[in-house]
Amino acid sequence: MSPTTHRRTAPGAATPRRRAQRRKRTIACLFVLPALLLLGALVVYPVIFSVGRSLFDASGTEFVGVGNYTEMFRDPATLTAIRNSTLWVVVAPALLTGLGLVLAVLTEKIRWATAFKLLMFLPMAVSFLAAGIIFRLAYEHDPDKGVLNAAVVGVHDAFSDPSPYPTARAREGHGVEPGEGGSYVTGATAGPGDTVTLGFVGIAPKDLPEGAGPAAAPSAATEELRGVVHLDFVPGGGGEAGRVDDGESGLPGMAVEALDGGGAVAARTTTAADGSFSFAGLAPGAYTLRLPGENFAEPWSGVSWLGPALVTPAIIGAYLWIWTGFAMVLIGAGLAALPRETLEAARMDGANEWQIFRRITVPLLAPVLTVVFVTLVINVMKVFDLVYIIAPGTVQEEANVLATQMWLVSFGGGNDQGLGSALAVLLLLLVVPAMIFNVRRFRRSQS
Amino acid sequence: MRRTTNRSAHRAGRAGRVRRTATASGAALALALTAAACGDGDTTGPASEGEFSGQTVTVAGVWTGTEQENFQKVLDAFSEKTGAKTDFLSTGDNVSTVIGSKIQGGDAPEVVMVPQVGVLNQFADNGWLTPLSSDVEQDASQNFANVWKDYGTVDGEYYGLYFKAAHKSLVWYSPDAFAQAGVEAPDSYAAMMETAGTISDSGLPAFSVAGQDGWTLTDWFENVYLSQAGPEKYDELAEHNLPWTDRSVVDALTTLGELFAEDDLLADGAAGALRTDFPTSVQKVFGPEPQAGMVYEGDFVGALVTNDFGRTLGEDADFFPFPAVDGGEAPVVSGGDAAVVLKDGKNQEAAMALMKFLASPEAAAVWAEAGGYLSPNKELDLSSYGDDLTRQTAESLVEAGDTVRFDMSDQAPAAFGGTAGKGEWKILQDFLRDPSDPEATAAELEKAAAAAFKG
Repeated sequence: MSPTTHRRTAPGAATPRRRAQRRKRTIACLFVLPALLLLGALVVYPVIFSVGRSLFDASGTEFVGVGNYTEMFRDPATLTAIRNSTLWVVVAPALLTGLGLVLAVLTEKIRWATAFKLLMFLPMAVSFLAAGIIFRLAYEHDPDKGVLNAAVVGVHDAFSDPSPYPTARAREGHGVEPGEGGSYVTGATAGPGDTVTLGFVGIAPKDLPEGAGPAAAPSAATEELRGVVHLDFVPGGGGEAGRVDDGESGLPGMAVEALDGGGAVAARTTTAADGSFSFAGLAPGAYTLRLPGENFAEPWSGVSWLGPALVTPAIIGAYLWIWTGFAMVLIGAGLAALPRETLEAARMDGANEWQIFRRITVPLLAPVLTVVFVTLVINVMKVFDLVYIIAPGTVQEEANVLATQMWLVSFGGGNDQGLGSALAVLLLLLVVPAMIFNVRRFRRSQS
Repeated sequence: MRRTTNRSAHRAGRAGRVRRTATASGAALALALTAAACGDGDTTGPASEGEFSGQTVTVAGVWTGTEQENFQKVLDAFSEKTGAKTDFLSTGDNVSTVIGSKIQGGDAPEVVMVPQVGVLNQFADNGWLTPLSSDVEQDASQNFANVWKDYGTVDGEYYGLYFKAAHKSLVWYSPDAFAQAGVEAPDSYAAMMETAGTISDSGLPAFSVAGQDGWTLTDWFENVYLSQAGPEKYDELAEHNLPWTDRSVVDALTTLGELFAEDDLLADGAAGALRTDFPTSVQKVFGPEPQAGMVYEGDFVGALVTNDFGRTLGEDADFFPFPAVDGGEAPVVSGGDAAVVLKDGKNQEAAMALMKFLASPEAAAVWAEAGGYLSPNKELDLSSYGDDLTRQTAESLVEAGDTVRFDMSDQAPAAFGGTAGKGEWKILQDFLRDPSDPEATAAELEKAAAAAFKG
């Protein structure tokens, strides 16, 4: 090992250098080893294991080849998950990058920029779990609980009056049938001199309008077409269906229309406090009575945010709330590093702000925008917690993305880790292009 | 308390079965859980002279809070009688993982109270259990209806002694709503639908259905099915020997669909029911602003009604048994906690003595007096129960004798009967949303069941 031995052998003049090099390499290997071991144990081995596992059935004993992969694309639940994941990847990163860019450019011009940025960034400090619970509440259907529906319903109600009897329905089998548009019509016709009794049920005593009095007993009419609209139910039971009994209430404020043979409205009136109405001066003939749908229109209960149709957009909304700050801050940093002189030169040449934004800012920011976009794509692929928490059990299948589906299939009740592994491999394959792109771009920027 | 534990027990068993295949990955977690759970141990019992003085019997179970305290009273009575010391170990929700790690760690409790028939089967399959002695078996045959013994038997060996039962065939109603509509508690399913119609005429939707929680829908179906198709078919279907496409399933779904299709009969309609979870469904009937007249679920509704909504059972809250459908027997769907003896427990004899004690009416009386408890023990004097409603529930349970059936979805693999957004839960939710095609629903149920029972 001593230098003297080397000097003795003439042809090996390069050996010390080679030795030193070898030693250097050994040391390098030693230093890399822990990282390699960790990577191997925590990344490479699980990936290989998952790929292997995906070729076996649920119990892990029987080799099924690509069986799990074909099963995967036959299962409608997985197809929904793939569709949703695609929607997420297409919509969320693009929206976020766009929003971040717009906000970053705008905050450059305002005075309280830092405070604003801080506010926008705050949701990043909230865990996905907590954010999920917050949004689950915000999206709640009941306007008394969900703030979004409270707002929507509030605005809606400001423009339209609620109907007097949303829960009412005609007593079946007593001459009044459901008609078009939520209205009710009489089965038989009546003319001047007739008296009709129109019984309705399904109205709680507390829901009766103020001033509703006991129903008027139908009096024999002389020349008019008369009648009474009443609540055909005696509180506490009793009474006979299709007749005005003691203790039954009239239904005031109900619009009643008389339709002639052609179906045109010949006359219209509104019931009195005791539910009675009459059409004076009606030409002789046979009329059908109609109680238009406006009497019974149900109050608008708001948007079903967490229904099957809107649940994925709703969850993407929650995701935007969390990540906009991130995109904005990153793009803002890129913006601050832009060469001022280019912008000033453009201004000197008479470009307006929009032109500067389109032709200067965005192209110069492109590398930063790409970083943000690709990072978000990878992030969106693995979104799990928000979907799992916000989607109620009833629409979970409609809201599932690949990551939740993978978990559900393997552990959340499916108990099929073979199929779950196949899904994991699919997810990996989908993320890999984004990863490769990121690594390439990273290398390029380094060289 | 009882409500939460009942519901958590519901989940615990299901989760337990799910995790069976994930034991390896769950082991570390299990250790942590156990470490946390160990703190709950509570040693009591006077070290008096007796047959087993100096020995300790450790009992593990999901109970916490009031339930744990009341069960401790039962254990204390045992200690007094035999001199054995007793220890209760609260396992939290995940019984099977905790017990599994305890066995691996050489620290197995002598007795475990398993909350579900599926978990019991799993324990027996794993070879963890000691069959009960012929002595205990004899007592059990004497004191319980056969069905309870059958549910405690796996592959011909009797392992599980059902000590605590649940009654899941009760329709809870608001007496105010019934008075307002002028109706009485109905005695048949057809009469119940008529009653529902009258209540709805009075301006209050008749039923509050917790469609957001799939398990309430499976319970609805099971009650209708058990009464309409009979216990034999129920058993066949529970084991999936009968396909779900069978005529009887379609009939039961049709019967159920007649209720689900009537938006006037459901609080907030079917769409609203799908947004209602179980506690809310009870609140809709017994809360400050009643929105419905009746809600169907098990005896644990009682605790919710008294504790959370301040009602008094028998006065402003009442129930009637789930009525018979189409002239069948009134259904009694049940469930319960079974005591089993672990092979690895150190004091086998003392453990067996505890089983014998638990099989006696004496042990059941201790908890019955403390409240919040139903015993399947038919020798138990009904006067031991603290209030009339519990007494009626217990009576109905004991009188049902061998026609009692366990919750079907609890017996099925979790993928079919116990997972939110999947299998039976999801399909019945879809059926609630659109009950127009019972046959298609039955076909879907069969597809899901076939996949789950195969796996």
